[in-house]
Amino acid sequence: MIRFLLPGAAALLLLAAVPAGAADLTRAARNYDAYCAQCHGVNRDGKGVNTAAMAVQPRDHTDAKGMESLPDDQIFKAIKDGGLGVNKSVLMPAWGSVMSDAEIKDLVAYLRQVCKCGPGR
Amino acid sequence: MRTAATLLAAALLAASPALAGDAALPDGCAACHALEKPTGDALGHVTGRNGPDLHYAGSKFKRDWLVDWLQKPETIRPGGAFFMNAAKPGAPRDVLDPAKLAKHPVLTRAEAEKAADALMAKTAPDLVPPGGAKGEKPNERMAQMSFGKLRGCSACHQATPGEGGVSGPELHSAGRRLQPDFIAAYIRDPQKIDPRVWMPSVAISEPDVQKLTGWLSQRGLAETNQGDAKP
Repeated sequence: MIRFLLPGAAALLLLAAVPAGAADLTRAARNYDAYCAQCHGVNRDGKGVNTAAMAVQPRDHTDAKGMESLPDDQIFKAIKDGGLGVNKSVLMPAWGSVMSDAEIKDLVAYLRQVCKCGPGR
Repeated sequence: MRTAATLLAAALLAASPALAGDAALPDGCAACHALEKPTGDALGHVTGRNGPDLHYAGSKFKRDWLVDWLQKPETIRPGGAFFMNAAKPGAPRDVLDPAKLAKHPVLTRAEAEKAADALMAKTAPDLVPPGGAKGEKPNERMAQMSFGKLRGCSACHQATPGEGGVSGPELHSAGRRLQPDFIAAYIRDPQKIDPRVWMPSVAISEPDVQKLTGWLSQRGLAETNQGDAKP
């Protein structure tokens, strides 16, 4: 009986974790820790360990006012193509070789959660 | 019979040189370092490991440096194998907690020589093509500009002590530590060598790869690192 129940239970758990069509925010937070936090900070406030000598300080992702001025597609492009892709600093690398488009899309959704803001309000 | 057993052992060693090499390493290396190419969750691997992968060590390190460093280990990654494990919020910025950094065991000279030999046997020409560095004479001014303003390497690495970021390994001793071919290969495509690591593969021209490689290959060469722990 258990043998028959377990796969169903596992599937239900998976469905509960990531509803169809919704962003995988757990995966996004993991990617943020690995790739973004070194400059954008443990608390996502732009105060990462690498920022001491930076001529241009990284964006504070908790800054709702600053973040809501950015459309989602611009954030996506900045992550995928780097700062130079959106006429910003070279210090923001292009992460398109590391994360898939789907992961970057999830990261954009995660940033909206972090800033507690939407685009262009 | 004894001769037959010896011959069999020799044949087995010859048939599996990797095993023979790893067997010469001190116990415990594999607890923190991948001695074989990792499989599975690459992000989980790079964020969960306690030391750099060594499955391509023979294509990466210089033997003399290995022998010295294993006797007198010094911090190469200010934040440890994964900076987030040591990072904590602070003002005016996050700080790295040195107490979180794992201490590398200290080997005797004999142990270090033996380990270095075993590590140097672990080559990976598929990841680090021999001859990839062309031995370009470094142009200090151009290279510094490329490392900083043009390519942004300094965001994560220090090519001069105390200048630059701390989430990547320091590069002021790169010339003593690393083979030029490895430096070139890693700049060209870090994700091929270290999948999902927090250094992206970016579009960089081959002349720029050679400029940076020529410069980094000289970093720290003038210094010496004679270990104190010689027998």
